Amino acid sequence: MAKYLAKRAAAFVVIIFFVSLGTFFLVHLLPGNPALTILGPNANAHNIALIDKQLGLNRPLWTQYFIWLGNVLHGNLGQSFVTRESVVSTIAHAFPIDLELVVISQIIAFAVAVPLALTAVRKPNGRFDRYSTAGTFAMLAMPPFIVAPVLVLLFAVNTHIFPGPASYVPLAQNFWSNIHTMILPALVLALGSIVIYYRLLRNDLISTLQEDFILMARSKGLSDRRILLRHALRPSSISLLASAGINIGSLIAGAFVVEYLLQLPGLGYALVNSINQDDYVTVQGIVLVVAVAVVLINFLVDFLFTIVDPRISRD
Amino acid sequence: MTDPAVPVEPMDPRSGVSTRAADAVAGAAVAAITEVTDRRRRLGWLFWLSLGWIVLTILAAIFANVLPLQDPNLQSATLNAGPSTAHFFGTDQLGRDIFSRVIFGSRVSIVVGFGAIAIGLALGGTLGMIAAYYRGTVDTIVNAVSYVLLAFPALVAVIAIVTFWKASLWKITLIIGIASAPLIFRIVRAATLSYATRDFVMAARTLGATSRRVLVKELLPNILPTVVSFSLIGVATVIVLEGSLAFLGLSIPGPTPSWGNMLNQSRTGLNTVPGQSNPWLVIFPAAAMFLFLITLNLVGDRLRQHFDVSEIKL
Repeated sequence: MAKYLAKRAAAFVVIIFFVSLGTFFLVHLLPGNPALTILGPNANAHNIALIDKQLGLNRPLWTQYFIWLGNVLHGNLGQSFVTRESVVSTIAHAFPIDLELVVISQIIAFAVAVPLALTAVRKPNGRFDRYSTAGTFAMLAMPPFIVAPVLVLLFAVNTHIFPGPASYVPLAQNFWSNIHTMILPALVLALGSIVIYYRLLRNDLISTLQEDFILMARSKGLSDRRILLRHALRPSSISLLASAGINIGSLIAGAFVVEYLLQLPGLGYALVNSINQDDYVTVQGIVLVVAVAVVLINFLVDFLFTIVDPRISRD
Repeated sequence: MTDPAVPVEPMDPRSGVSTRAADAVAGAAVAAITEVTDRRRRLGWLFWLSLGWIVLTILAAIFANVLPLQDPNLQSATLNAGPSTAHFFGTDQLGRDIFSRVIFGSRVSIVVGFGAIAIGLALGGTLGMIAAYYRGTVDTIVNAVSYVLLAFPALVAVIAIVTFWKASLWKITLIIGIASAPLIFRIVRAATLSYATRDFVMAARTLGATSRRVLVKELLPNILPTVVSFSLIGVATVIVLEGSLAFLGLSIPGPTPSWGNMLNQSRTGLNTVPGQSNPWLVIFPAAAMFLFLITLNLVGDRLRQHFDVSEIKL
């Protein structure tokens, strides 16, 4: 097991290295001169040389990479040329909103998917199972950018159950209005997760229910309810939680879309804004932070499940 | 999937459950098994209906120029109109015909979706077959690289590239195609591995068939069902990715219509001030995309069950 963990840790370091390399060279190898972008109409040979020097763009690429990496490791992601704000503070302001969105959406997703799956497997292929399986299948075809406008139309425009775009209230300012504004975007994100969790848990439960220890529990005369909740749910929930970790990448993508639509000042909103303003330092910083966060979460999930279920490391 | 030791009842799956209702465990097992065999036998009307819809959408996209449609960029005097006989789906805020824009807009999704997966198959599929057939160092290296690439969230990577390398139809297709290669590599590799050590491959090699012949004539036909069914689901995933980009205003720029940029444009139609919203601008592109995605997923999923492709651990 120690060997397995060491291998995973090594893989993690390699992946993070490549992520940093990718993010860095993204800006430096693709067409387009950042100096030109920064200067706009003021671009002339003298100014370009000045900016190049200021950014260190006149040095060899590898030197630039290690200087940049050194700064990143010291928690310095640079300063935006457009807003003059430090990228770290932009991210620090925006990140809690994504975190809140993801947490609320996951609470909703589990609250829907788990009872649905538990009810469905009581009679596999029965009426309830078939309807809920078909219903969640339809959700596969409802990505956030389709659902979000439709839900806004229904709940914010036609009825005023939830507030519309640009009505974000910080959590510290008013707890309940904040939650009120977050429910609609979180619901949009939750839909995608419900499908994944429901299908996984349903299939896992059906195969768990065929195992010998369930037959044993049944022959002891335990109730269906007790067998389902105490005996079948536990072994099936491990892969459920693992999939929640893996799901984080698509949640972030979905969060970007709802933030953009509802003008919630999270990372996605900041990212699209900086892209539209050609603020490449901020774009680079956000891309790096999001990519590292996703890799880190996947790694932690892996690590946790090696401890919870030692069988994993024997593969 | 199907355990040959368990007798399979060739009857309706629901009645199969009810006869054994006394024992819910056995019932569950039988239901799961009969469900599989039942689905294997025929694809069902829903499959053919979905396939019909996909074909219809693709035909409409190809022949959009020939069809009696209005010019998708023609700005008429009626702005934000509801559906009528003059404009089946109404008009947008510039007076353009939404019906025509939805049909022309399908072109972007179809080209990017199928194009990117074709690129992904050419790259990842070829590498996957080669890696699984030869194993050894090549396999180890390509496998490791695919894990690294998969760790990077696709949308963020694509957004980052598109930011610095302005979007066009072919660039988007190429970028998403390359981004999809690692996942396709894993699927094709896993599928090829399950056949590479079988007797018929050994027999072909003993008879003196070249590696190229074994790969193309022996292995490819066997992994094709898996690849086709996963590819259709892959096309749907790519369409979602392009749609998200377009929704953020980062894909193919206007006035070229696409389902994603129509939904982006619809944001202005979502005005909470009464009388200023245009729901049709939201509903029709959303419905067109939903129908195309759900039929792609359904056809892919049914094919997967039909060919009895078990969920490959990736």
